[in-house]
Formats: sequence, structure tokens, C-alpha cells
Amino acid sequence: MTTTLTEIKHLPTLALLVCCEYLAIFKKTVAMHEVFLCRVAAHPILRKDLNFHVFLEYNQDLSVRGKNKKEKLEDFFKNMVKSADGVIVSGVKDVDDFFEHERTFLVEYHNRVKDASAKSDKMTRSHKNVADDYNRIGSSLYALGTQDSTDICKFFLKVSELFDKTRKIEARVSADEDLKLSDLLKYYLRESQAAKDLLYRRSRSLVDYENANKALDKARAKNKDVLQAETTQQICCQKFEKISESAKQELIDFKTRRVAAFRKNLVELAELELKHAKVTDNF
Amino acid sequence: MPREAQNSFLQSSPSSPEPASLPAEDLSTNSNGPKPSEIMLDGDREDLFAEATEEVSLDSPERDPILSPETTPAVTPVTPTALIAPRMESKSVTAPVIFDRSREEIEEEANGDLFDIEINVSDPEKVGDGMNAYMAYRVTTKTSLSIFHKNEFSVKRRFSDFLGLHSKLATKYMHIGYIVPPAPEKSIVGMTKVKVGKEDSSSTEFVEKRRAALERYLQRTVKHPTLLQDPDLRQFLESSELPRAVNTQALSGAGILRMVNKAADAVNKMTIKMNESDAWFEEKQQQFENLDQQLRKLHASVEALVCHRKELSANTAAFAKSAAMLGNSEDHTALSRALSQLAEVEEKIDQLHQEQAFADFYVFSELLGDYIRLIAAVKGVFDHRMKCWQKWQDAQVTLQKKREAEAKLQLANKPDKLQQAKDEIKEWETKVQQGEKDFEQISKTIRKEVGRFEKERVKDFKTVIIEYLESLVQTQQQLIKYWEAFLPEAKAIA
Repeated sequence: MTTTLTEIKHLPTLALLVCCEYLAIFKKTVAMHEVFLCRVAAHPILRKDLNFHVFLEYNQDLSVRGKNKKEKLEDFFKNMVKSADGVIVSGVKDVDDFFEHERTFLVEYHNRVKDASAKSDKMTRSHKNVADDYNRIGSSLYALGTQDSTDICKFFLKVSELFDKTRKIEARVSADEDLKLSDLLKYYLRESQAAKDLLYRRSRSLVDYENANKALDKARAKNKDVLQAETTQQICCQKFEKISESAKQELIDFKTRRVAAFRKNLVELAELELKHAKVTDNF
Repeated sequence: MPREAQNSFLQSSPSSPEPASLPAEDLSTNSNGPKPSEIMLDGDREDLFAEATEEVSLDSPERDPILSPETTPAVTPVTPTALIAPRMESKSVTAPVIFDRSREEIEEEANGDLFDIEINVSDPEKVGDGMNAYMAYRVTTKTSLSIFHKNEFSVKRRFSDFLGLHSKLATKYMHIGYIVPPAPEKSIVGMTKVKVGKEDSSSTEFVEKRRAALERYLQRTVKHPTLLQDPDLRQFLESSELPRAVNTQALSGAGILRMVNKAADAVNKMTIKMNESDAWFEEKQQQFENLDQQLRKLHASVEALVCHRKELSANTAAFAKSAAMLGNSEDHTALSRALSQLAEVEEKIDQLHQEQAFADFYVFSELLGDYIRLIAAVKGVFDHRMKCWQKWQDAQVTLQKKREAEAKLQLANKPDKLQQAKDEIKEWETKVQQGEKDFEQISKTIRKEVGRFEKERVKDFKTVIIEYLESLVQTQQQLIKYWEAFLPEAKAIA
């Protein structure tokens, strides 16, 4: 009987707990959205996109429809084809050193970011578990404090308070780590994947270009459909050069952005960790 | 020898009038220990006490230890055995003098509960090979009390020795109301790993956990003013050779007898309905019940914390390695360096987590475990009081029956049987008196013991929790240092 009474007394803190958790998740989601929008806005071409303008300016409900089953299936198949093709295309050696270097770099980087992201997630989750444990210990101590008959009860209540504070801080550490570190890594995991995809598209276009060249040589040799082959070849060439040019720029930008994002997040992470550690120190 | 045993039985009376005095009689109470003749003791003084540790039981006079060759099992008897007056009074004149001196000394210090005795358990060492191997621990005592031969001495003991000691103390003191600190628990799995010779971290952890537990056990035991005077305890701390307490093994004949007795006890407890005339006892029992529940809950939470912190440590280490790899593949130099630094910071933090987990466990969790077992001992003592009461009630019932029988014989006019009836009535009258006295005595002892226990508990918890909180604060301070060192590196990314 007495245990349920003490648990009820602890309810306000329970509500507070839920509030804190919600806030943490909200902060996280909002941050992700912000990064995404800033990215689009900073891009010389994407920022001019009509959809983007509508998104930013239309002051009524956008009513975006989610993908239906058919579209989801299409996506699935597209991915399958892409990854199969990717394997074929990646065998082709690139003439351009810059791109060759980028490709090697990206493949390795992507894998390592993936690993770091996963490990960071686990670490963040462990932090959260520890915070939860502190919470349970705090309420047990509180129960002990209210039930004890000796003069130790005041002591228990005080310690219970301390554990509560520690828990809040641990929870914030975990949330901040999640925000600054785990999310950063997750984002760059996907960015590096997007960069890899870009390289794939360029390689694809390179293969197409080379195939068009071969077709043109064959056509010239047979002296059949030469004009058509020439046109195809020219289109492929243009496509290839265009994609190479924008890809180069994109990859350079990627590096700049990456460095800046890491810097910002790591600095903020360190500052937050310091802030939290100092609060506990004041006990 | 049997005759003398009989005499001491008849003159038995557990008289310890003042609460402050530490009854010398307790020293001579029953011990189910090894035969005095087998003990190789140094110093003549020990011989006086040796005979005092004989067992004389109401119900089994044939178990006279001096004569029987086999070791008596260290069993908690179902029926309480009576105290006997110190046999040394009939042996030598000098003995009581020595007693008084040491008793005074301890009495003085008892008022502040500050005994000048410090015990350390250290240097666990594996002795032997294979399944017969065991760990030997060094038990070092530093003291200025005169009941000991020297001021500083150390002996080698194995785990079963500790169990044997506890068993003897429990048999002697629990049924008269003293709270005897429980010994650390056996662990077949843990010990087997050690025996098999696995030199991994889990077996070193196990040994360290056990060593710390044994140390705490001895420290708690010597803090108890009555137990400190016990010759078995002294022998344990001082004598270089200790007969092997084989009967502490779980699967020995004695072990099985113990289990049977425990079961019988449990059944008895359920059937005893005591008329509690003293509200204090009822209140206290309820309090201990609540405390037990709360401590178990807290203990479970702390154990979860230890587990999670170990996980956090492992995950942090994994992340550190991963971040280092990422730093290696990053081609921007400043960022690469910053990532390597991050990896280093996280590695250091992992170390911190490990140390904190260590503190979580050894400081906090083990204390809680100890107290849960202590409360079980307290409950046991309350149960003994119940049994004592039951015995007293039973004696009264029997007396009544004898009186009725006598009345009947009066009417039937059988003079020879009448005399026997009258004798029996006298006998049972004495038993009833004795039962009442015993009950009052155990109630008084328990009150005193509970008071002492509560004081100790408050002190223990305060000390330990403060120590634990300090460890938390220290961890945070280290964290500050690490992150402060990292921040400029992060800012330096250009």
C-alpha cells in the first residue's frame, strides 16, 4: 500500500520525464529538417526549383501525398537495378584522376561513416539506459527515505534528489550526443551514399559515352547509320561532360560542407558536454 | 568427563544482568567446532578457552565432543540448546582474571563502538591443481586489544574456513538473540572457473569480489562486541593452522542435514502463532520486512546500472576505434586530426566509465547485497525468539498435564507413582521458569542488538553513499578536463 502512495507522489516527475523526452525528440527532428532546408537553399541550382519555393512560401496546407504501393514497388525495383548496375559500372577505370581518387575515397569513407554511425548510436543508447537506471535508483531511494524510521531518511531523500538531477543531466548528455554526433554521422552516411550515387551516374554516363564511341566506330566501318551514331555519340559526350563538371563541383562542395558540419557539430558537442559536466560538479 | 558435562548442564543459567556487560558465559557456549584435542594452538592461554568451546546439548548428550572421534557437523539445531556456565571456573583460578581485564577493555570501547582492530583480506593465491585447487587469502589483523597475543599478525585462510567460522558463531549466538553477520555466498560456477585455471577477467573479477566480501564480513564480525570475544573468532584470526571445516560443503552429509533442518524450520515457523505481548517486536518485524523489500528493489536497480555502464564502456571503446578509422580515411587534414582527437577523448572516457562501473559495484551494489543478507539474519533472530516462546508455552502445557496426572493419581491412591508424578512436576516447573527466563533474555538481547544494528546501518549507508557520490563527482570532473582539451582541437578545424 505504502509503495503505491510513494509512486503516486513521484508522478509529477514522471510527467516531467515524458516532457523532456518529447522535447529531445522534437529538437532532433527540427534540427534535421533545418539542415536539409539550408542545404537546398545553398545549392545554386536546387534553390531555384519551383517546388522549393512553393514549400517555403505557400501559407496554406500543402497536402503532400505519401507514396502509394505502386510507387513504393517501383522504387524498390529501381534500387535493385541500380545496385546491380553499380557493380558492373564500378569495374570501369576512370581516366580522370580526380574522379578516380574521389571514388576510392568515397567508398572507404562511406563504410567507415556507416560503422561510426552505428557505434555512435549504440553509445547514445547506452547513455540513455544509464539515465533510466539513475531514475529508478532515485525513486527507490525516495521510497526508502519516506519509509525509514531512523534519521537516515532525510539523507535518503536528499540523495534521491541528487540522483534525479544526475539523471536529468545524463539524459541531456545522451540527447545531445545523439543530436550532435549520431545525427551528424547518420547524415553524412546518407550524403556519402548520395555522392556515391552521383559518381555512379557519372560512370554510367561514361560507359554510355564509351559504348557510343564504339558504336560510332563500328558504324563508320560498316558505313551504315553513321549520322545516327554520331548524334548519339555527341549527346553522350555532352551528357558526360556536363555531369563531370557538375559532379566535380558537387564533390568539392561536399568536402567543404562536410568539414564545416563536422567542425560545427564537434565544437557544439564539446561545449555541451562541458556544460553538463560542470553542472554536476556544482553538487 | 560425561559426569562433568552433566554438572555443568544442571548449573546452567543464562544470567547476564546488565545490558552493558558482555557476558563471559557466552564464550563458553556450545560450539559445534572441531575437537579441542585436534587443535594445534600456540600459547597456554588458549587451552583454558579450548575446553570452553565444547558442545553440550540438552537433547544429545552422547555427542560429547571430547570423546567422540568424528567431527560434529556445524548444524543449526532445531531445538535451542541451553547455555552452560563457564567451565573454566572449575578449572583454574587465573582464567576469570584474564577475562575481566579484556572484558573491561572491550566494554570501555563498546560505549563508543570503537574497537582498535583492523582486518585486511589480501593476496588471493591459488593453491593446488585441478578440482582440488582452492584460493587462499591472507588475513591480516592489526590491533592493540590484549585478548590477542600480538599486535599484528596474519594467517592464510580459505573460503570454507570463513564459512566454518560463521557456522560456529551462528550456532552459538543466533538462538540467544545475537545478530551474527552472514558470510559471503558460495558460488559453484565461480569457483569452478578458478579451479579450472581460466585466467580471464571474469575469474579475476570473481576472486576480487570474493576477497572484498570476505574482508567486509570479518570487519563486520569484529565490530560486534560480543562476537569479538569469541574464542573461535580469535582462533580464526590468530592460529596458523585451522582444521578443515569440511562440513560446510553443500553436498556433504552435514550440508544435507542443514537443508532438512531449514525446511523443518520453515514449516515450524508457519505453525507457530505467537501472542505478541510486546508491540515493539511486531513493529520492528514489519519495518524490517519493508526495508528488505525496498533494499531488494534498490539493489536490482543498481545491478542494472552496473550492467549498463559496462555496456556503455564497451560501446564507447568501439566508437573510439571507429572514429579513429574515420579520421584516418578523412582527407581534410585538420578534420582528420580532430577526429583522431575525438577518438582519443572517447577512449579516455571509456576508461572513466570502467572505473565508475567498478565503484558502482564495489561501493554501492555490494553494500546493498550485504544488508539484504544481514536483514535475513535479523529475521532469523526474530524467528528464534518465536521458537523460544513456543518452547516456553510447550513447557507450560506439559506442566499442566503433569499436574492433572498427579491429581488423578492422588484420587487413585498409588503412592509410588505419585512420587514420580511429583518429581516430574518439579522438573517441569523448573523448565517453565527456565523457558520464561530464556524468552525474556532473548527479547532483551534482540532489543539491544536491533538498536546496534540500526546505528551501524545508518553509519554504513551514509559512509558508502557519500563515497559513491564522490566517485560520481570525480568522474564528472575528469570529463570536464577531457572535453576542455578537445574543444580547441574542434575549433581548429578550418
